[in-house]
Amino acid sequence: MNELATSPNARQSNGEGPRFDPGITEPIWKIRWKMNMRSLAQNWEVFKESRVGMFGLMIIIAFGIFGLLWPIMINFVWDPLVYHPVVGFDPIMMHPSPPVAGHLLGTDPIGRDILAQLMFSTGREFLLGVLSAVISVVVGTFIGAMAAYYGGFTDTLFMRLADIVMLFPFVPLLVVIGSMMRLDIFSFAVILGFLEAFGGITVILKAQALQVKVRPYIDAARVAGGSDLHIIRAHIIPNVLPLSFLYMMFNVTAAIVSEATLSFFGVLNIDMSWGMMIHTAETAGYLFDFGKYWWLWAPSGFFITLFCAAFYMVGRGLDEVVNPRLRKR
Amino acid sequence: MALPDSGPTNDVNDVLVRVQNLTKHYPVGRGFFHRQHAVLHAVDDISFEVARGEVLGLVGESGCGKTTTGRMLVRLTNPTSGSIVIDGTDVSSISGADMGTFRQKAQMMFQDPYESLDPRMTIFDIVSEPLNVNHIGNLEQREERVAEMLTRVGLAPPATFMFRFPHELSGGQRQRVAIARALVVNPGFVVADEPTSMLDVSIRTGVMKLLAELREEFGMSYLYITHDLAVARYLCDRIAVMYLGKIVEIAGSEEVIGNPVHPYTRALISAVPVPDPAVVRPIPNVRGGVSKPINPAPRCRFYERCPAAQKVCKESDHPELREVAPGHFAACYIL
Repeated sequence: MNELATSPNARQSNGEGPRFDPGITEPIWKIRWKMNMRSLAQNWEVFKESRVGMFGLMIIIAFGIFGLLWPIMINFVWDPLVYHPVVGFDPIMMHPSPPVAGHLLGTDPIGRDILAQLMFSTGREFLLGVLSAVISVVVGTFIGAMAAYYGGFTDTLFMRLADIVMLFPFVPLLVVIGSMMRLDIFSFAVILGFLEAFGGITVILKAQALQVKVRPYIDAARVAGGSDLHIIRAHIIPNVLPLSFLYMMFNVTAAIVSEATLSFFGVLNIDMSWGMMIHTAETAGYLFDFGKYWWLWAPSGFFITLFCAAFYMVGRGLDEVVNPRLRKR
Repeated sequence: MALPDSGPTNDVNDVLVRVQNLTKHYPVGRGFFHRQHAVLHAVDDISFEVARGEVLGLVGESGCGKTTTGRMLVRLTNPTSGSIVIDGTDVSSISGADMGTFRQKAQMMFQDPYESLDPRMTIFDIVSEPLNVNHIGNLEQREERVAEMLTRVGLAPPATFMFRFPHELSGGQRQRVAIARALVVNPGFVVADEPTSMLDVSIRTGVMKLLAELREEFGMSYLYITHDLAVARYLCDRIAVMYLGKIVEIAGSEEVIGNPVHPYTRALISAVPVPDPAVVRPIPNVRGGVSKPINPAPRCRFYERCPAAQKVCKESDHPELREVAPGHFAACYIL
C-alpha cells in the first residue's frame, strides 16, 4: 500500500510517473448511472410505503391509460362523424341525451358524446398540467437559488415581484390576460407556468435555498475555487430539487383548476377540455336544475376533482421521500 | 493543465504566510434610519507569520476571532483592513484567473464533517471538486488522483469509498474525506479550523496523526485553529493565543505550555485537566465572563478579568506584543 501512496515528489513527471490504479473497473458514467438507479429504487421503496401516494399514482396511471385510449377509439372503434369531441353529432336521437347504449355518458346539448369529450381532453389536461408545472418549477428553482445566493438587489427584485404576483387575484388576472390575447393550451400553460414561477414557489424555494446556502459545504466549495455559478448549479440546486419536485406535483393541480375556471368563463381559445364541458352545459342553460342534467357536468367535474386529487396525493407521498422526518420508520 | 506539483522545500525559515495588522470589524445594529452605532471587533489588528512547513496553532476561547482569522486567510471573509500575503500573493487583491491559482495554494479544512460535505454528492465528486472547478487534469487523471488521496488519508481501498455518499460514512471517515478534498490540489498552506473537535476522542488521535504525517509528507504549513491546548501542543510548532480579537501571546509550543507569561495564557493552561487524581489544580483566578468585543474600551482587553491588573492596564490602550524572550512575544504591560 505504501508504494501506491505516492508522495508529491514521486509525481514530478506530470502523470508519466507511477500511475495510481484506482481499482475501478467500470467507466464513471456507468457507475453514476447505476447509483442513480439505486437511489431511485430506494426512493421508490419509501414512496411505496405511502398508501396515499400509491393510490394517487394508480389514479394517474388510470387517467393515462384512459387518455391513451382516445386515438385508438377514434381511429378504430368510433365513427368520427358521431363521436368527434367538437364537431361530432348523433342524428338518431334527441339531445342532450341521458346515458344510453351508444353513448355511455350521454350527449351534450349539441349532440356530442360526453365520454369522447372526456377521453379527448385527458391527454391535453396532462399536457397542460405537466408543462406548466415543469416551467414553474424550473424557473422558480433557478430564481429562488439566485435570490438566496446573491441576496441584496437580486433578492429584493424577485421577492417584490413575487409579492406583486401573489397579491394579484390569480383568476381575474388570467381572465384579463385571456381577454387580451387568445390563449390556446400551449400559451396558457406557459403563462401559467411563469406566473407560478414568479409567485409563491420562488419564495418557498428561496427559503429552502437560504438554508442550503449557509451550510459549510458551500464555503468548502468556495475555498475549492468554485464560481458562483458552479455553487448554484452543483450545490444549491441539487439540494433544493427534491422540494421543487414536490411542488411540481402541487402545481399540476393548480394548473388544471385554473384551466377549468377560465374555460368555464369562456376566455380560453380551447376547443374542448373538462372545464369547457361545464361551460357548454352552462351557456346552453342546463345548469339550472341540479341533478336533472347531471351527465352534462358531473363527469367532467368528477374528473377535474379526481385528477387534481391524484396529483396532490402523489405529492403527499413524495413529501415522505423528500422529508425524512415524515417517514414512518 | 497538469496535476499540481508543489514539492516541499526544506528551507524552514522561509516565510510562507505574512499577516499584517489584519482587522475585521462587523457593524452591529445598523438600521435604515439610524447610523451604525456599534462595531464588533472580531479580529483587531493582529500580525503573525507562518514559515514554510510550519504549523502555527491559533488557540483561544469561543468567539475570540480564531475562525474569522482563518476564513480571512482563504478569503472566505474579506478583511476590514490589513494585509495577508500568502506565498507572494496578496490575498485581498486577487481577482479573476489568479483566484484559481490561489485556491491551489491555500485550502481550508472545516470543523464539522457532517456539514462540510454535500450530502447529495458522492465521495468522488466531493474530493475531485477542487480539481474539477480549477480544470485540472482529465477525468481519468482526476479519478487516479482522488483514489491516491483517499488511500493516503486512510480510506483504502479507494474503490469501495469513491462512489458512496457521505451519510454512509462515519464521522472520522468523513473528516478524512474532507482532508483529502483540501489536500487534493496539493496546497502549500492549509487553514485547519478545528478539524478534530467534532470527532469522537478515539477517532481524534487517528486524524491528528494523519494530519501530522501529511504535513511531513507534503511539506505543508498549517494554521491550526483549536481551543484544545493538548491538540495544539501535539501538532503545532508555535502557538498563538488569542483573546477578544487580539493575539496576546505567541511563542514555540513548548514555551507557551511550559512557560506562559501572559495572565490569560496562564489561566488557560491551569484549566487543562491533569490525568492524575492526586494533583489538585489551582483554581484559575480569572474573574467574570468573556468581555464584550463590541466597541471595546481603549484599555487592555483582558483588564476586566485579569488577576494582575494594574492602573496602567486601564489607562493605556491594549498593549503591543513585546518580545519577552527570544521568539516569545506577549502583550502585557506588567511583565
